[in-house]
Amino acid sequence: MKKKESTLVNMVVVLFAITLAAGLTLGFVNDLTLAPKARARLAKKLSALQHVLPPFDNDPVSGIIRIGTPTAKDSIELYPAFQEGSFAGAAVTGVSEKGYSGLIKIMVGFQPDGRINNIEVLEQKETPGLGTKMKGEAFLRQFRGKNPETFDMRAKKDGGAVDALAGATITTRAFAEAAQQAYDAFTEHKDTLAKPHN
Amino acid sequence: MAETLNQKQNFLKGILKENPVFVMLLGMCPTLGVTSSAFNGLGMGMATLFVLLMSNIVVSLIKAQVPAKVRIPAFIVIIASFVTVVEMVLEAYIPFLYEQLGIFIPLIVVNCLILGRAEAFASKNNLVSSIVDALGMGAGFVLALTALGATREILGNGSIFEFKFVPEDASTLILFILPPGAFIALAYLAIFFNRLTRNMA
Amino acid sequence: MEFLIILISAVFVNNIVLSQFLGICPFLGVSSKVSTSVGMSGAVLFVMTIATTVTYLLHQYLLVPMGLDYLRTITFILVIAALVQMVEIVMKKVSPPLYQALGVFLPLITTNCAVLGVAILALGLEDGSLIKAVFFAISSSAGFALALIVFASIREYLELADLPEGMKGVPINLLVAGLLSLAFLGFAGLV
Repeated sequence: MKKKESTLVNMVVVLFAITLAAGLTLGFVNDLTLAPKARARLAKKLSALQHVLPPFDNDPVSGIIRIGTPTAKDSIELYPAFQEGSFAGAAVTGVSEKGYSGLIKIMVGFQPDGRINNIEVLEQKETPGLGTKMKGEAFLRQFRGKNPETFDMRAKKDGGAVDALAGATITTRAFAEAAQQAYDAFTEHKDTLAKPHN
Repeated sequence: MAETLNQKQNFLKGILKENPVFVMLLGMCPTLGVTSSAFNGLGMGMATLFVLLMSNIVVSLIKAQVPAKVRIPAFIVIIASFVTVVEMVLEAYIPFLYEQLGIFIPLIVVNCLILGRAEAFASKNNLVSSIVDALGMGAGFVLALTALGATREILGNGSIFEFKFVPEDASTLILFILPPGAFIALAYLAIFFNRLTRNMA
Repeated sequence: MEFLIILISAVFVNNIVLSQFLGICPFLGVSSKVSTSVGMSGAVLFVMTIATTVTYLLHQYLLVPMGLDYLRTITFILVIAALVQMVEIVMKKVSPPLYQALGVFLPLITTNCAVLGVAILALGLEDGSLIKAVFFAISSSAGFALALIVFASIREYLELADLPEGMKGVPINLLVAGLLSLAFLGFAGLV
């Protein structure tokens, strides 16, 4: 097979043509996938909200409150939920940087009286098989229906009421810190959240 | 060059004799990095197969127009474009897999397997042979990654394709889903594979 | 303090080779002798630092303001490929001894996923500044050097070991890498 001669002109022309075609194709595909990408992100958020909140019929995302916190770089997000016009609870994110491998981000759903409805782990990099068990039913079950006002979310060996994950005490502590942060934010902003926003 | 290259052999060489992972040790980073579960291995394999196939097709079609000296940069641009397409499509339609594979999606660009096939095969052979070559090599890669992912998931997590066959709180060999387990599992799979192919030959 | 954390994290805890699986090809490929692994480490340090600086600036001041974030992969790999070529030419002219030592490794670096990987990871650093990104690149290449040189030292001894036939070559190297990775796992939770 003959190799094409390399002259400056044809090298520049060919590379330019290929780059141009590549740029145009990517721009086109980017436009095509822009909407589905945004939809996928929203769907993830909505599915987390549906998972942690009691039944609701409003759009919690539109009522979002963001507050800064000194302990984390992300702001805490609070999503109020309403059912037939009355306050049904709120979903609050909590983060801790003290996980075994850094950041842990969870979403806690509260009922109006402050009891925990459900918890979902949004982001984590913990050790597979040890720390990741915080996503498991056996661990999360301990929190459901409990009110952090009377229920100490720390591990038993720290004086709390939670059975720590086997082999992952550090993860359990970080989880407790994130959950406590969410609860504190919820009690502080509960009145604002409970006000119907539309 | 024999134009009547036997297409069946051309396809099979990618899976057996020149298996990119077990024999040629190409594309080791994603092989080790994402195979903590069978599903991730399969997903990575399919993404790579797609990029390999598309770049082999394009390279084979334009090979006569590309001056020899700018061959490599031209191939890299083509490969990088398809990788970006895969990245955008995964983020839009399979966000779960997109998050799991993370940085290893853009890194498909530097998977030596793809540039290697473009340079060593597609730039010298016709379209049909290049497609068959990509399918064979890609299939070899998919099989290897899925096998490694499945092995690690079974041993380390007691499940296969997320289907758990041990009780939730049973202890499993966690080592295998941690980074060292990737090296160790691959070492034994390579021994097994070499044994298997030696007996066949 | 923050820089110390980045350093320890990149060298020990999240070692790019042994726990992030970046740069496995040169790790397995050019680690049969300690001398070559030192040369490779030097070349990686050089290219990775320059590449991360350039890609960081391009991303921050060109791609993001123009909304062309999706061209990241294609831009970065071209920048790296071009840089490697340039470094090679400049080094040949300016410092022939250095070129003698590192020259053969430079072409291999274009497809070293550690370089592209670190350039991308550096963008994701929390409240990252240019200095932090560059420091991260230097720390990462130090981690690469540590893993590569330790591995090469072990492999020199392996040459003398009496191994079963099936274990020779690739499998035993992978097993050693696995044990090394297991050792580095002990650093987890340090920062």
